[in-house]
Amino acid sequence: MSDVAPLSFQDLILTLHAYWGKQGCAILQPYDMEMGAGTFHTATTLRALGPDPWNAAFVQPSRRPTDGRYGENPNRLGAYYQYQVILKPSPPNLQELYLGSLKAIGIDPLLHDIRFVEDDWESPTLGAWGLGWEIWCDGMEVTQFTYFQQMGGFDCKPVSGELTYGLERLAMYIQNKDSIFDLVYNNATADRPAVTYGDIFRENERQMSTYHFEVADTDMLFDAFKKATAECESCLQHALPIPAYEQAIKASHIFNILQARGVISVQERASYMGRVRDLAKGSCQAWMEKNGWAV
Amino acid sequence: MDGKEWVGSMTDFLLELRSEEIPARMQVKAKEDLARLFNDALTKAGLSAASVEVFATPRRLALIATGLPLATEAVSEETKGPKVGAPPQAMEGFLRKSGLSQDQLVERDGVYYAVVEKAGRQTADVLAEAIPAIIRAFPWPKSQRWGAASVSTESLRWVRPLQGIVALLGDAVVHCDIDGIVSGAETMGHRFHHSGAITVGNAGDYIEKLRAAYVLVHFSERCRIIRDGAKAAAQAAGLTLVEDEGLVIENAGLTEWPVPMLGRFDAAFLDVPQEVIQLTARVNQKYFVCHDSTGKLANAFVCTANIDAHDGGAAIVAGNEKVLAARLSDAKFFWEQDLKVALDSQAQKLAQITFHEKLGSVADKVERVAKLSRWLVEEGIVKGATADAAERAARLCKADLVTGMVGEFPELQGIMGGYYARAQGESDAVADAIRDHYKPVGQGDDVPTAPVTVAVSLADKLDSIAQFFAMGQAPTGSKDPFALRRSAFGVLALLQTNNVRFDIAAILAGLINFIGPEESVMDITKRRFWSQSWNQIQIGYAWDKPHNAYPEPLESTPKIIGELQKFFADRLKVQQREAGVRHDLIDAVFSLGGEDDLVRLLARVKALQAYITTAEGANLLAAYKRAANILKQADGAEKTSVAPAQAGAHDVSQSKTTDEIGSSLRWSDADLGGDESALRTALDAAEPKAAAALSVEDFEGAMAALATLRAPIDAFFEGVMVNDPDPAKRAFRLGLLARFRDAVSRVADFSKIEG
Repeated sequence: MSDVAPLSFQDLILTLHAYWGKQGCAILQPYDMEMGAGTFHTATTLRALGPDPWNAAFVQPSRRPTDGRYGENPNRLGAYYQYQVILKPSPPNLQELYLGSLKAIGIDPLLHDIRFVEDDWESPTLGAWGLGWEIWCDGMEVTQFTYFQQMGGFDCKPVSGELTYGLERLAMYIQNKDSIFDLVYNNATADRPAVTYGDIFRENERQMSTYHFEVADTDMLFDAFKKATAECESCLQHALPIPAYEQAIKASHIFNILQARGVISVQERASYMGRVRDLAKGSCQAWMEKNGWAV
Repeated sequence: MDGKEWVGSMTDFLLELRSEEIPARMQVKAKEDLARLFNDALTKAGLSAASVEVFATPRRLALIATGLPLATEAVSEETKGPKVGAPPQAMEGFLRKSGLSQDQLVERDGVYYAVVEKAGRQTADVLAEAIPAIIRAFPWPKSQRWGAASVSTESLRWVRPLQGIVALLGDAVVHCDIDGIVSGAETMGHRFHHSGAITVGNAGDYIEKLRAAYVLVHFSERCRIIRDGAKAAAQAAGLTLVEDEGLVIENAGLTEWPVPMLGRFDAAFLDVPQEVIQLTARVNQKYFVCHDSTGKLANAFVCTANIDAHDGGAAIVAGNEKVLAARLSDAKFFWEQDLKVALDSQAQKLAQITFHEKLGSVADKVERVAKLSRWLVEEGIVKGATADAAERAARLCKADLVTGMVGEFPELQGIMGGYYARAQGESDAVADAIRDHYKPVGQGDDVPTAPVTVAVSLADKLDSIAQFFAMGQAPTGSKDPFALRRSAFGVLALLQTNNVRFDIAAILAGLINFIGPEESVMDITKRRFWSQSWNQIQIGYAWDKPHNAYPEPLESTPKIIGELQKFFADRLKVQQREAGVRHDLIDAVFSLGGEDDLVRLLARVKALQAYITTAEGANLLAAYKRAANILKQADGAEKTSVAPAQAGAHDVSQSKTTDEIGSSLRWSDADLGGDESALRTALDAAEPKAAAALSVEDFEGAMAALATLRAPIDAFFEGVMVNDPDPAKRAFRLGLLARFRDAVSRVADFSKIEG
């Protein structure tokens, strides 16, 4: 780390935006729906398909209801932020570009041990897989680095490179904090103390954990899952892949809440995931057809 | 050509395939594959190198071949053609095929030959073809496409993107181009310690140039640095490293410039079972752990960095300490939470966990295992345990599956249950059984010997095997999703190590009929559940039903039991083969059939192996084969012409041979030659001895009884002509041979033995 004050959480994001913007990425806004990971953003899922070049970077709020800990666990959150970069086709110097981004946020690779450790990625709900690594910084996983090979069951032609930074982890590392909630979100000014991550999100974690684990109306959710499924299929019949895909994401999130409520048995789990996968794959297929890429 | 020039005509070759980080676990095999593919390519071209050495780092696979000739030798290939005076069509066809004209053919001894002088090829050309072929054929366990070229699914695949090729024969680049990657002399050094390209001169300076750029290309050198450096780091802190060669290799596969360093963690974490700490450190972080001077786990670890950090590694150690602390505080949380919940109440939650969709819950499985464990002890099959302890251990053995710790670290199943059981006041026998009941996991793992553990471990494995077979999920080919073969190995090892004897078929039959809706109302502890054979097993489960209303065993039971017996026999064969026992001897004993007792079966195989490898055994085998051959010929040619029995003093049929030839012959002593008489006397003596020995499982004794036949049978073959013109004599002699053959066959099927 350099001598200057470490980046605040928001400066971390702004620095990455500036860095990847300079590399030619379109800096997008988060997808305005609940989703489990940045990979679900259409800018990744759908744009990874087909031959057109595509370079984008964005923050995606990611919801993992089962990971909620009522704001009590210093390392776990039910909602957090991923920084996503997608470059299609994967450029030959993607690793160097990535390492450049670490330098930009203040990580000196001759002071810190940066490692590419095998970690192949697979998303059963998206029918997608790729090869790559988890990137370690002094033993901590800070980024997932993936060359997409398939998406929605289709071969990626060409292959995209996807980087997913865990922003909170990276910030804890850069700011040397032991708890997510102590992260400096926005640096202090002369007349205002620093705003912490906890100031902003701890109450959300408490309430959302209570909701997801204890309160959520499961009958309503089962019904909503069915309706999202039906709506997705209806959109597919109308050859509307984007709204269809949104319904698939919606179904996926509802399924995640039902999981957190503990009302889905092990056997049912596979079948629910299979249904979400079918919806996502169907949307990808419709997207391919709409663009005239489907074989 | 003088000597100097000859030396000059040999040269060295360097190949480096540089890529993005190759998974550590794949590097050792990749080295072997590269050497093999390269040697194959040389052989195909008629070349050979004085030596071939291969290297692997995370970012490169490399090979240096020394003493390669610059060109392959010229060869003259001769193809035989038609005879002189052959029809013109034959000649035309031959000329077309060989591409020569008739006056270019060579005539020798009335036959035309096409002689093609094949010029030597430049080795550089051979290599320029071989390199792309090797790259395209490389057997990575997983490979990928990348970059702009991947717009086609036919684009080059490699383990991770391939970035550069160095190919130097002597000082010259061997030119090749694979999907736009062009060979050259430039490579890259360490990712962070060296910037810019390195130009390699030749194979001779490759290793040192890379060393200067912070890359140690020798895998073994990196291993040595990690091994020694980790030990030294521990020693410097007054500790002893827990050596772990797997970690050495893994870290060598993750580094080009390994630097082992010692870090610490809060001693308060040592309350957590050491297996947890070790696993977290090893699997999640690839750290070594250390022992203190009393041999206990110390609050220290050794990590291996890939750089010589300019602060001496302080920041790296601090970072790693923090990561480990976060993981250990998670583990400590789980440990403390789990301790608060009694294993009995954890076990109740197993009803919600599916063992397999067709086989009910884990609780259902536990019920079966508990009953079988108890039965194994009550029947005296497993000795030295109490039935209550066996059942208790079985009832708790899967309870840790629902604990937080095992949820986080599935590898700790059993181990955590053992800890929780002990902490909650279970006896050591029960806690040990819970801890060890998954053992042995694969060959080479410890085989439990504590009686309670043996009972639970056997019951658990037998249950899984029987249940999956019963629902048609037997392993096939390379598919064994439920690791039933490993379970079977475990059963065999347990039986052998502990000398446990039982009729495996009966137990399996009991198990496969122990499924179905009746389970929940069973109270079979009131009566004996397991019976001696499959057709007697309709014993009282569903005890609340009226008498005689017990469910029938599965109709397919005999078929499944047959499959299971074959499965165990096959596993035993594999196991014995791996232990160095000759497979033909295993077959010889197995083909006797009717043997369900694996311990007995193995004793037999061992005795046979011991005997057959002696000169005496080999001679007896030769005699057996000779006798069997003669009998086979006689059987085929003249079975029906064998003379009817004649009046006489001796009833040869008392030998109990089933063979028609000897069954009813009578013969008088007066007619017997000395060698025949001697053989008959020997048989009369040996047969009951062998039978008696077999009945008390004294297989050495049975072999010894057979051994007494060796001299008489040799003398018989020496002095007696079996195919006597007198059909009666002939039949009698064949009868003697049949007795001999059958006597031997009762001990083992010698026809299966090679040699």
